[in-house]
Amino acid sequence: MPIMIEVENLSKTFILHTQGGIRLPVFDTLNLSVESGECLCLTGPSGAGKSTLLRSLYGNYAPSAGAIRVRQGKKMVAMDPDNPRVVMALRRKAIGYVSQFLRVIPRVSTIDIVTTPAIASGMEREVAIAKGQALLTSLNVSERLWSLAPATFSGGEQQRINVARGFLPGYPVLLLDEPTASLDAENRDRVVDLILRAKADGSAVVVIVHDTDVRDRIADRLFDVTRYSEAA
Amino acid sequence: MQQTTQADTPLLVCDALTKSYGRQVGCTEVGFDLWSGEVLGIVGESGSGKTTLLKCLAGTLEPTNGRILYQTRHQGTMDLYALGEAERRLLMRTDWALVHQNPRDGLRMGVSAGANVGERLMALGARNYGTIRGEAEHWLDSVEIDMGRIDHMPETFSGGMQQRLQIARNLVSKPRLVFMDEPTGGLDVSVQARLLDMIRALVADLGLACVIVTHDLAVARLLADRLMVMKNGRVVEHGLTDRVLDDPQHPYTQLLVSSVLQV
Repeated sequence: MPIMIEVENLSKTFILHTQGGIRLPVFDTLNLSVESGECLCLTGPSGAGKSTLLRSLYGNYAPSAGAIRVRQGKKMVAMDPDNPRVVMALRRKAIGYVSQFLRVIPRVSTIDIVTTPAIASGMEREVAIAKGQALLTSLNVSERLWSLAPATFSGGEQQRINVARGFLPGYPVLLLDEPTASLDAENRDRVVDLILRAKADGSAVVVIVHDTDVRDRIADRLFDVTRYSEAA
Repeated sequence: MQQTTQADTPLLVCDALTKSYGRQVGCTEVGFDLWSGEVLGIVGESGSGKTTLLKCLAGTLEPTNGRILYQTRHQGTMDLYALGEAERRLLMRTDWALVHQNPRDGLRMGVSAGANVGERLMALGARNYGTIRGEAEHWLDSVEIDMGRIDHMPETFSGGMQQRLQIARNLVSKPRLVFMDEPTGGLDVSVQARLLDMIRALVADLGLACVIVTHDLAVARLLADRLMVMKNGRVVEHGLTDRVLDDPQHPYTQLLVSSVLQV
């Protein structure tokens, strides 16, 4: 299977200039690659750098050294934080990220939040709305919530909206940070189904998930981030 | 969406731009490219040179050094300050828009809301009253101003409505590039949210390129794809908005980001 995302000698150290220039090394010379249809699960205790790695893969954090390459069609394209246009193009079509918590925008409705990235990726608006509604239904987000801004929704509802937003475009690479953390068993199963279907469709998935039951159902490989943090 | 033949050429190139007021420096050696459909945010504290830079970019303040290159619709790349005054004014009227922080600076307070929008079209040659009125109604509706207010004077509008009217006045000429100086500056938080949502949707739907100066990082996060952080007239950091805000590299950006109160 083709490699969808690869990481070469990636290092990340935070330098806190406002706090006396303290250096916080997170990981050092980290290497990984994920193939089409494969799910890689990041492991390690809190603070090991799992989320930092995931954010780096999305271009949200700037690597201190090393390279990240994401497949865009036939080419592997460098996720270069100094080249925002390249990162923006990758994010439109090639790579999606489901954060742990939904960032709520005032006045923007649930259905708009869910469909915006899909429309940006090139999906027709009507198609995006129809598919978004189906996705929200399968995730048990009540129809009366679709036209409302989710600021006042429960944590679980917000998480399912965030999941729908991330899965709707069908990105070839998916980064998921605790996608089932605030969900009940029924909705956890729905999200597991979505992940399995994305894999079957050929997406490469990198996921952080503490729930060992969920992990056993989705992961093909485990990747222990601590191995690299100790070197840092 | 829009397929331009110059898809690989930036719409605007700012090349080593410097503006000094005598010995006082406004901005120094600023450089960036802006493409169609992109929103660039410029952040920094008061006096960091944001507004000076915006005025130079928008063609209203001649830089001391450096160039601004603009990809025109039909005549290729133009050096903004190498153009004659009349040509530059025409370009600014047809292709660009400038939204001021204070709506009074961007509106004509002596004529009605509808006329504020319509006269921009007339300046571009529109003469049919019905067409002009129709366009004015369409734009007032787009910025959520009640049709019943079309013949009222801007003086009778609230601050938020005036700002929305100013945006309608600016967008009616279908610009390709919009400059905004603290567009939500003097407004209540609830009014800000409405205006931000509107700007966000309009910019996305119309595929505008946009340069937004703000000191509000939340506004920058919501609207801008890319962010430039300025301090003492220089750009100290430049990158993808969420990268700059979530993993700031420069000491000043770290200070700026860490100084914001979390709500």
